[in-house]
Amino acid sequence: MTQTPSDTTASGPGTGAIGRFLKATEIDTRLLGMVGALIAIWVGFHLYGTIVNGNGVFLTPRNLWNLSVQTASIGIMACGMVLVIITRHIDLSVGSLLGFSAMVMGIAQVWVLPQWLGLGHPLIWILAGVVGIAVGSAIGAFHGWLVAYRGIPAFIVTLGGLLVWRGAAFLLARGETISPVDATFALIGGGPYGSIGATGSWIVGLLACAGIVWMLVNGRKQRREFEFPLRPMWAEYTLGALGCGLVIGSVLLVNAYPWPVGIVKQYAEANGITVPEGGMYISHGFAIPVLILAVVGIAMTFLMTRTRFGRYVLAIGGNPDAAELAGIDTRWMTVKIFALMGFLTGLSAIVASARLNSATNSLGQLDELYVIAAAVIGGTSLAGGVGTIYGAIIGALVMQSLKTGMVLIGFDAAMQDIVVGIVLVLAVYVDKLYRTRAK
Amino acid sequence: MSGNPNTGTPLVELRDISIAFGGIKAVDHVSVDLYPGEVVGLLGHNGAGKSTLIKCLSGAYQKDAGDIFINGERVEIENPRDARAYNIETIYQTLALADNLDAASNLFLGRELVSAGGFLDDARMEAETRKIMGRLNPNFRKFNVPVSALSGGQRQSVAIARAVYFNAKILIMDEPTAALGPHETQMVAELIQELKRQGLGIFLIEHDIHAVMDLCDRAVVMKNGQRVGCVNVGEVTDDDILGMIIMGKKPPQAY
Repeated sequence: MTQTPSDTTASGPGTGAIGRFLKATEIDTRLLGMVGALIAIWVGFHLYGTIVNGNGVFLTPRNLWNLSVQTASIGIMACGMVLVIITRHIDLSVGSLLGFSAMVMGIAQVWVLPQWLGLGHPLIWILAGVVGIAVGSAIGAFHGWLVAYRGIPAFIVTLGGLLVWRGAAFLLARGETISPVDATFALIGGGPYGSIGATGSWIVGLLACAGIVWMLVNGRKQRREFEFPLRPMWAEYTLGALGCGLVIGSVLLVNAYPWPVGIVKQYAEANGITVPEGGMYISHGFAIPVLILAVVGIAMTFLMTRTRFGRYVLAIGGNPDAAELAGIDTRWMTVKIFALMGFLTGLSAIVASARLNSATNSLGQLDELYVIAAAVIGGTSLAGGVGTIYGAIIGALVMQSLKTGMVLIGFDAAMQDIVVGIVLVLAVYVDKLYRTRAK
Repeated sequence: MSGNPNTGTPLVELRDISIAFGGIKAVDHVSVDLYPGEVVGLLGHNGAGKSTLIKCLSGAYQKDAGDIFINGERVEIENPRDARAYNIETIYQTLALADNLDAASNLFLGRELVSAGGFLDDARMEAETRKIMGRLNPNFRKFNVPVSALSGGQRQSVAIARAVYFNAKILIMDEPTAALGPHETQMVAELIQELKRQGLGIFLIEHDIHAVMDLCDRAVVMKNGQRVGCVNVGEVTDDDILGMIIMGKKPPQAY
């Protein structure tokens, strides 16, 4: 993405106050660049709305909450796409696979499972979800097998998959839309009921803060144990304050978006509460799909940085021959990576179909492009070997911000496509410039 | 005196190895052996088959025919993991480093140190890397950057550290000094002497005839996939060896 001025320190960290700050805190300049771009997009859309339409709605709790929910589905898949692209492959089939998994789950929970268990049985949403994730993982593994053991390039395997699974999704129900989904299942998609409320959000936020502090303390302990250079204390405090501030800020934000009046009335009636004069203020809090994305992001970051699997993914991307000679079973790794991509696509299918409260064969159309764009904008190199999970999630947020922002300021669909296309190409170009200079 | 000066069981014996690629016999019934504390040079033109032969031992290729013996026992080496299990370490000409990872990640690639929970113990790996690099290349400081940012000599020392760290008994070095300056070449030569004293057996693939005369105890010459002969380096001149490499002419001392 667009680089902030502070990126100039990348070529020579340690020069100037900003450089010293970055060096001491060990904050990635790329991360700063992406966050800067994101803020620029947000403020830009808000100001555009204020000035041109006389109504700036981008930087409101309501819009940002919606943005977080809309980002979840693409963000979950982008986490897997990072691994696929790091190992010099590509997966063009995720959008179609999402549609297919969603159709399988729709059929399972609307047509099949109620017949056995009875409508509204508490097991239905679990079984449907498990089936969807299993289908996604199995198809992903099959793609990976074709790539690794049959030597068909991933581009072709997944291009075939893009056509096959979209067609299969149609055939499953002859193009019918299946709805409504199971009531519990629908909560995974977000919405007022699919959010955890103010208290829940505070609990999640405080746990996250505790986690951040623990990581900093533990990291420092480890460094001392092995006598590695320590960060200055002020840098540790700054990092802690930044991390916790961000978490608490998001809690305040999602809690500042109340339920709409209609939903409050419905809820009050269902629970026998009388709505007081002036209405009731019930916060949304974090939406469940956003929490799923957060868990996926943390788990995948952990996988990439703390496990052999992640190390091997990076090694294969950096030098496949060296990885093979180091005794890594690169083919089996490829199968596992594609299976993981399929797993996350299945999970994403749950979120997407739950949010829509139905399964349609067109669900997830063009998602593959948004997912790949999110990973690439987030700094995953198509040349392989480089990429981060947090980058992909920010990339997904950038893509979704552009989409949402253009809708809000009244750009039509054609214009949106043009802008998204230009941004993608520009992002990769800026990334290339950055890497050339960093060398 | 001529003939193999070593007695007893060889550390490694490659017996009658053949391997072909699409009808071309890259290695044609070649036998070589290696004893502990010995450096055996493998010489020949480009395409003579020396790298191919040695890759059968390091597990990168599978031989079509022939047998491999380690300490007198016949073994099957089907992949690099098998080779490592027999304490065979290889320093490839290309160094085989993942450029995007740092020195410690490369050193432990495929054999990572893990904590009790099974997770990567990066701190301990870096500490171990600092220890061994302190021995091999005390000037090495770049522990936290990808190896793509290192000089040729620094990359070489990472590759060598990887082979040495895991207590190799059999070391294969494929042109270890090809990319190095004079000072670093000297460093590698001293290291080879040191490892030899520790009782390792070393196969050295080398083009530089002077390096061979300096470092090797014996030299096996290959030409067109076949073994020309083996000489004890102390008994011949460099011209004798060049004659074997270029014309395939066997001097009387060869066996």
